[in-house]
Amino acid sequence: MWQILTNNWSSFLTGFWNTILCSVIALIFSLILGVIFALLEVAPPKIGRIIAHIYIEIFRNIPLLVIVMIFYLIVPRFLVRLSGFQAGTIGLTLYTSAFIAETVRSGINSIGDGQMEGARSNGMTYIQAMRYVILPQALKIVIPPLGNQFVNLIKNSSVLAFVAGFDLMYQAQLIAFASFQTIDTYVVVGLFYLVLTLPLSYYMRHLEKKLSN
Amino acid sequence: MTPIIEFKHVDKYYGKFHALKDINLKINEGEVVSIIGPSGSGKSTLIRTMNGLEKINSGQLLVTGYDLADKKTDINKIRKNVGMVFQRFNLYDNHTVLENVTLAPKIVLKRPDDENKKLAMQYLEKVGMADKINSYPRQLSGGQKQRVAIARSLAMNPKVILFDEPTSALDPEMIQDVLDVMRYVAEQGITMVVVTHEMGFAREVSNRLLFFEQGKVVEDRKPEEFFAHPDSERAREFLSKVITKD
Repeated sequence: MWQILTNNWSSFLTGFWNTILCSVIALIFSLILGVIFALLEVAPPKIGRIIAHIYIEIFRNIPLLVIVMIFYLIVPRFLVRLSGFQAGTIGLTLYTSAFIAETVRSGINSIGDGQMEGARSNGMTYIQAMRYVILPQALKIVIPPLGNQFVNLIKNSSVLAFVAGFDLMYQAQLIAFASFQTIDTYVVVGLFYLVLTLPLSYYMRHLEKKLSN
Repeated sequence: MTPIIEFKHVDKYYGKFHALKDINLKINEGEVVSIIGPSGSGKSTLIRTMNGLEKINSGQLLVTGYDLADKKTDINKIRKNVGMVFQRFNLYDNHTVLENVTLAPKIVLKRPDDENKKLAMQYLEKVGMADKINSYPRQLSGGQKQRVAIARSLAMNPKVILFDEPTSALDPEMIQDVLDVMRYVAEQGITMVVVTHEMGFAREVSNRLLFFEQGKVVEDRKPEEFFAHPDSERAREFLSKVITKD
């Protein structure tokens, strides 16, 4: 097993780097999109709720692989050329953002009406009340489920392997195929994923504890 | 003198339920009005229409010169001048006591930080909470929360403060502190509308009393007259129950 790692060190590193890059980009943008669609879902205008609802239901209920394939095969035909890495990262971002939107929405809904009424009758606009009173409390509550989403996101980034995204899983397929040491290769890859997901899990737990005081 | 709050033929429905029935009411600047009446009579609905937390279905409702029934009215302009104190306090749970008082003046009135803090400290001292400025609402008792909520309203420099059953969720020994603070607010000349079950407050502090029943103002009188001899049978019945309970 040690041998498979040393012999293919640079391939693993390339894959590891691409997995990190894809995960970080997808994490940032899925969080932003997720919060935006969560806000649209709870906001008074009906049109926003409808748009958010359609978006969320589409991306939440289609397999990630299908979404990625749409960006890899269909979008380039009509709009722009996308590399496997780009198509995979976009697909992963949209897919995850739908789950994050639902998570954040449930957090916002768990904050009692009194907080909004207090803020509004204190003179704040709806947006100010959301920004300074409701959303900070809602995000704090949803840290544990958000942590789950982030860990899932990192693992789901392995979908890049299907579209030649040069991520860890893609490299693993190549190495396993060339070396015939399939089991060793995938064990090593599993360890690489753990290097990313375990610290993240611990960090989210730490954040949860820190903010609960 | 133009009234600061004026209801003209206001109706309010919850589905088929007629919550407010043709309300006509004028409240003048500086008045301290207590609204009493049985549960479910529409007292809270009435007070919540005054800052637009409840919408009215018909009629005109003028508050500090703006018509709440008019869709073009910017509700936030009214709320800058009309504070509200709730039964369940509704302090911002994610902010400290001091931040609760300074937040709205800072982002709504754009009051400079140093002045904002100075004023907030003044009000917190008035309500006896200056030693708790760094506490969070969850660390306070109900009475303490309510006093902070009143300081939060005062910090906006409002013309009117609405109190929606401010002592109903408090332990008996906390009530007096809150009533004392409300008495101080009344002395500042701020117009107050108070939905309350505290007959002592209604009698001693307010200078006008509304008895509310089934979505209507049944009696509108000076408190001492009302308590001495209520006109309506329903008010007599109500009084006999609440007074014996005391």
